[in-house]
Amino acid sequence: MAIVVWWLVRHTLNVSPWMEQTPTEIARGNGELALPPVQVGLGAFLAVATSLFALLISAYHMRMVEADWTTLTLPRVLWLNTGVLILASVAMQWTRVAARRGQRDSVKKGLVAGGACTFAFLAGQLWAWQQLNASGHFTSANPAYAFFVLLTALHGMHLLGGLCVWARATARALRGVAVGKVRLSVELCTVYWHYLLLVWAVLFAVLLNTHG
Amino acid sequence: MTYVAHDESAFAPPVEVEEPELYHPKTFIGKYIWSQDAKVIAVQYSLTAIAVGLVALVLSGIMRLQLGFPHTFSFITPSTYLQFVTMHGMIMVIYLLTALFLGGFGNYLIPLMVGARDMVFPYVNMVSYWVYLLAVLLLMASFFVPGGPTGAGWTLYPPQAILSGTPGANWGIILMLVSLAFFIIGFTMGGLNYVVTVLQARTRGMTMMRLPLTVWGIFMATVLALLAFPALFVSAIMMLLDHLLGTSFFMPAVVAQGQHLDHNGGSPVLFQHLFWFFGHPEVYIVALPAFGIVSDLISVNARRNIFGYRMMVWAILAIGGLSFIVWAHHMYVSGMNPYFGFFFATTTLIIAIPTALKVYNWVLTLWRGNIHLTVPMLFAIGFVFTFVNGGLTGLFLGNVPVDLPLSDTMFVVAHFHMVMAVSPILVVFGAIYHWYPKVTGRMLNDTLGKFHFWVTFVGTYAIYYPMHYLGILGVPRRYYAIENTDFIPQSAHTLNAGITIAALIVGAVQLVFLYNLYWSYFKGKPSGGNPWRATTLEWQTPDTPPKHGNFGPTVPVVYRWAYDYSVPGAAEDFIPQNQPPAEKTAGTKAT
Repeated sequence: MAIVVWWLVRHTLNVSPWMEQTPTEIARGNGELALPPVQVGLGAFLAVATSLFALLISAYHMRMVEADWTTLTLPRVLWLNTGVLILASVAMQWTRVAARRGQRDSVKKGLVAGGACTFAFLAGQLWAWQQLNASGHFTSANPAYAFFVLLTALHGMHLLGGLCVWARATARALRGVAVGKVRLSVELCTVYWHYLLLVWAVLFAVLLNTHG
Repeated sequence: MTYVAHDESAFAPPVEVEEPELYHPKTFIGKYIWSQDAKVIAVQYSLTAIAVGLVALVLSGIMRLQLGFPHTFSFITPSTYLQFVTMHGMIMVIYLLTALFLGGFGNYLIPLMVGARDMVFPYVNMVSYWVYLLAVLLLMASFFVPGGPTGAGWTLYPPQAILSGTPGANWGIILMLVSLAFFIIGFTMGGLNYVVTVLQARTRGMTMMRLPLTVWGIFMATVLALLAFPALFVSAIMMLLDHLLGTSFFMPAVVAQGQHLDHNGGSPVLFQHLFWFFGHPEVYIVALPAFGIVSDLISVNARRNIFGYRMMVWAILAIGGLSFIVWAHHMYVSGMNPYFGFFFATTTLIIAIPTALKVYNWVLTLWRGNIHLTVPMLFAIGFVFTFVNGGLTGLFLGNVPVDLPLSDTMFVVAHFHMVMAVSPILVVFGAIYHWYPKVTGRMLNDTLGKFHFWVTFVGTYAIYYPMHYLGILGVPRRYYAIENTDFIPQSAHTLNAGITIAALIVGAVQLVFLYNLYWSYFKGKPSGGNPWRATTLEWQTPDTPPKHGNFGPTVPVVYRWAYDYSVPGAAEDFIPQNQPPAEKTAGTKAT
């Protein structure tokens, strides 16, 4: 917080905007981030998603203290799913490195592997829902289960959104488009996948702790 | 830093900056319907927002008829009254004000004022409008479903919002919540555009601290929207699940209409926390663009730089940041931990400081200015009056012991209408009068404009100033009828009737404004490129209205801030931002 405020003070109070600019100052640039706009856009979107999941986690903890809260034993398949999602992130990271090196075949393989692992994760999540349903839980009767469904569903929907960008990048890579042209999409997907892995790690930790 | 003798060509020439690929449509549909041009999208947002706002205005007229003249209009039943209260509130706050300021003014002004050819993600921008339109249509559909729209109040508090005794508890509330969810998705798409365009697409020389305050206001409001709307999204989804799947996120054990419902253990206060975590930043999402626009209207029409530009920027940032830690001042009577009240009252009073700073700076900008009382200036000054008025009553309500008897009375209604309805709407009008010449190439009629201003300004005072007294008397809000109540004297009923008449007059005079918009489009005086002699980049476009790409073959280079008015020694009383320095300096100057 202090760093943010200090940066803001330096860049907003310690300037004289009423002075005309000289060519040197104009050439120095406007202080933009040295990133393509779409990466800044992704960063902003990640801030929005963080707000969403943080609020849900706060709601979870506020609801947990009510009298009707019962603990929920999570199905073991969730551990497997976590492993699969880690593999997906690893595959995307590998793809990112390959894209930076211009290795077209590795990019294709990496994208396909990353996507496959992600689809496997989503299937595993549906399997977890199925297992909980089969063991007699109802969203209407068990608030912990209701939260479980809500949190995993929102996380899964964010992954599905990422898969749309992944699909476009993969289709272009498989069609033989030059690596340089898919590199930005690969970078964006990788950052997004790592972010969703982090979100899943936090959600999983929160959901494991269902003791009210 | 040294600089040597130079002539103008040595200054940064207006070369082509690397720009994103613009989509160049060829068909009418591509240019004006499925358009990716932010200016067209802005007009689409604005027309949709104004249309749905007129619906809400009519609803408010009907509400006032009931309050002013009970027993007169048999078609207004208690259920319809509550439904109109709810729809009026939700439409005005979210579907009109937020959409108009961010989607309308943001889309039009941000690319032009920062010197960009368009928003950075034009396709996503286009989709954001159509998602917004879908949200509006879903909400309007709730008038036509069995049971009608929800009557839960714009705050949609559970458990009542989804209990069968509340109007619209079946389809109405479902459509409301789904509509809100779509609105939020659409606004996230738009918001990403506004934020990233301001951060990354500014033209050469346009540093953040040379941006006009209009852009700062809309930028900060968008940041708030991006971070706060998820709270409403989450509440909407959870309430939908409570209603459709029988979960108990918010629903406690409750007996409704004699029936023990299946819900158990939910927390209505959890909803209130989530809702107001969104709801308070929301009022600043409406107010901050208004603050920014007012700063620019005042400085243009007083021919003076805005007083204390850097502190105005800081105030916008501080208000935005603080707005996230005041939410529970809407919940003093909710039964929450009273120590929370102590904390939130403190932060609420603190947020008044940067707000007051802005008011002082507006007044100081006017002081000894070369004031031109144009119609936009009248609306801007009107804003300052009404916002101070409404803001002062906010101080009353921000203090816990004063809020306890005033909560849920007409005092609250008077307060929030003054700060959110009257003030920002005056700014909307002022901004439309100011930028209409840029959008259409014609001036709005001045006489009609002044008439519109005076009737609206005096009329809204006639509506809301006396309403504070009703609140102090204890007259409750959201009540269909208050008759035969011992503590409410006959004079309060007479006052209600007077307020209704004022409201109907103010509502009617908006027709004059609509007529002015229509008539001036065809018959208004041609405005030229810069009728207000303003410095900001949107007034320096080669074409008026600006064509696709905004600035012709080359984007401008910015040499100065947006407030070079009445600069001593300058040839004219304004210097556009993209005008290179004129003086030639011989020799060197070491600093």
